[in-house]
Amino acid sequence: MTISHSSIVEKAADATARATPASFARQVRGLSDRAIAWLFIAPAITLLLAINIFPLIWAVYLSFTNYRANRPNAPIQNVGLGNYERVLNDPDIWQAMQTTAHFVFWTILLQTVIGFALAYLIDRKFRGHAFWTTIILIPMMLSPAVVGNFWRFLYEPQIGLFAYAVSLVSGIPTSDVQMLGNVSLAPWAIVIVDTWMWTPYVMLICLAGLRSIPDYIYEAAEVDRASPWRQFWSITVPMALPFIMLAVLFRGIENFKMFDMVTLLTGGGPGSVTEVASITLKRAAFESWATGRASAFAIVLFVAVFGLANIYVRALNKVKQR
Amino acid sequence: MQKTSKALLGLATAFVMSSALPNLAKADELTLCWAAWDPANALVELSKDFTAKTGTQMKFEFVPWTSYADRFLNELNSHGKLCDLIIGDSQWIGGSAENGHYVKLNDFFDKEGIKMDDFVPATVVGYSEWPKNTPNYWALPAMGDVVGWTYRKDWFEKPELQKEFKAKYGHDLAAPKTYDELKHIAEFFQKREIDGKTVYGASIYTERGSEGITMGVTNVLYDWGFQYDNPKKPYEMEGFVNSDDAVKGLEFYKSLYDCCTPPGSSNVYMVESADAFKSGQVAMQMNFAFTWPGLYKDEKVGGDRIGFFPNPAEKAHFAQLGGQGISVVSYSDKREAALSYIKWFAQPEVQAKWWELGGFSCLNSVVNAPDFAKSQPYAQAFLDSMAIVKDFWAEPSYASLLQAMQKRVHNYVVAGNGTAKEALDGLVKDWSDIFKDDGKI
Repeated sequence: MTISHSSIVEKAADATARATPASFARQVRGLSDRAIAWLFIAPAITLLLAINIFPLIWAVYLSFTNYRANRPNAPIQNVGLGNYERVLNDPDIWQAMQTTAHFVFWTILLQTVIGFALAYLIDRKFRGHAFWTTIILIPMMLSPAVVGNFWRFLYEPQIGLFAYAVSLVSGIPTSDVQMLGNVSLAPWAIVIVDTWMWTPYVMLICLAGLRSIPDYIYEAAEVDRASPWRQFWSITVPMALPFIMLAVLFRGIENFKMFDMVTLLTGGGPGSVTEVASITLKRAAFESWATGRASAFAIVLFVAVFGLANIYVRALNKVKQR
Repeated sequence: MQKTSKALLGLATAFVMSSALPNLAKADELTLCWAAWDPANALVELSKDFTAKTGTQMKFEFVPWTSYADRFLNELNSHGKLCDLIIGDSQWIGGSAENGHYVKLNDFFDKEGIKMDDFVPATVVGYSEWPKNTPNYWALPAMGDVVGWTYRKDWFEKPELQKEFKAKYGHDLAAPKTYDELKHIAEFFQKREIDGKTVYGASIYTERGSEGITMGVTNVLYDWGFQYDNPKKPYEMEGFVNSDDAVKGLEFYKSLYDCCTPPGSSNVYMVESADAFKSGQVAMQMNFAFTWPGLYKDEKVGGDRIGFFPNPAEKAHFAQLGGQGISVVSYSDKREAALSYIKWFAQPEVQAKWWELGGFSCLNSVVNAPDFAKSQPYAQAFLDSMAIVKDFWAEPSYASLLQAMQKRVHNYVVAGNGTAKEALDGLVKDWSDIFKDDGKI
């Protein structure tokens, strides 16, 4: 004898109803849909408030104090805007912000251009395109710690493949190809690694954008005898633009927080040329234990990223509505 | 009513049981926190005797050097109970004493008859005392360490190289006693072909992220006359940190980096330096003494091929102190058991075994024993080095002081920005700001 699926469900529902205490059932029956919805999302909201919102509010509070986490017994004094004044007048912090801006700008530019180009090629669906897509995605799947160490060896002047390749092309001796120890080259060494690792991510988003363009638009353009170049600029780019912008937003926010890879590759050096904002923040917060000042710096960073992202999202919405 | 009382009694019993049981289970176990390195493995071996004698199991939390300070200072600052015993870095003593992380050991030492006079004086000052040079003890000297040098004895002994070197520099190719000699040797080996392989002069500390370049630079600066402050007026740094001699010392370090290190040496610390030596890249390497037993055992560069020498001299003769003391964490629930470990560890026979296993004892009876200097090939170099040690600031703000120095000297030595004078002037400014923040000046 076969028992139908619906009868199993009905039996289970009956059993649940019988097992539910009458008073609780009455209470639940008395609740509105809205109240039940709140009941379900309440744990998630509580967790969000505890993990995200509370630390943020706490950091705002600390940013107005002289609190040091390594001296918990010392009296906490209110210093007003002192920490913010110090952060905004600190040349080291401005230099770190400049360094961060440099990374964000160049990594986004390179990743967007190369990522879109790769997506465009993959979208042609040539023979073996699935295989190549998987190969291209590998760097993105690795952990930044692995990538950092891996590239440190690649950049090694004596045994590194990178130095060898540069030497082969340029004729410069490998021992002179010092990517990580050279003030001019070290920032670019990090840009190269980040681009290598995260271009596939941009490619993936762009690919989704390209695949979302209906074929009939291209067919209509061909009927109108539009050249491939014209089709690219008038159909492909505008229709994929919201996706490209989304990729830029994600990468921009991520690269503003760049930390692990820089730490592994250069430790912020040589000197301080690769000391990005997150490293400066970490040093202030967890090495110097200047918790109040570090909180002020974190808030400044948060406001900067939040403000820029907000402006950007508005632009993104406008593009989507076109 | 009776039912309620019974229920309450049951609940109370369950609560007491549940809170007491874990303590009972852990009473026979102590957790010791330290860095993950060779001496830590030796300590695991040594501690088996403690377990055999007392029945107390030893649990170890070893963290790689790169995250050692972050991990354990976070643990101490958050009043964590992970560590009952901690072998904390020498610079932590000030902060850990002032913030109440460590148990003060004076009464315990008095009670147990442990005398600080029994330990090498420099290690007592470096690892145990806060404020420095006062009889306030927060740790027992545990692991003596100091920056010194190893060299390729087999290369130095090649007759043709000895002849060529003598002709060029007018002195023998041997372990250097001065920095001039050291630089001659480094220049001599730089980019030289030995056994079909290009080799380099010396590996020195240049690491930017934690404390590497500071440990290397101070090791050299001390000998030129650099001082942290005016010996007569604490925290007065102008003319001491940036004295003409200190400037010359920093210039020398940069010249050594520029002339005689292997390519790609811009971020070198303990591991990288040892690797450069082990892979046969360099004729000499600067490194902490703890690396010496491992290097001596190395099949390719150890044994008869390796030699050891203390930091060379210049105007003065010093070496950068490393190493640590062992402390009882004040947040531990097992203070008594932790103290009993320290009592056991302080015993002469345990200290002797500690040295045998690869740890570096700081006990006078061990290091001054008649056969100590010959007990290991590196023992004499260790003794000579420990006799000339000097340490970085151990102030509670040592980390900020360290960060400032890391940045200033790396900027000059590796990045080549500005002059040595500018770097040290900047350092005086940074350090003054930090001490002003601390209310010390």
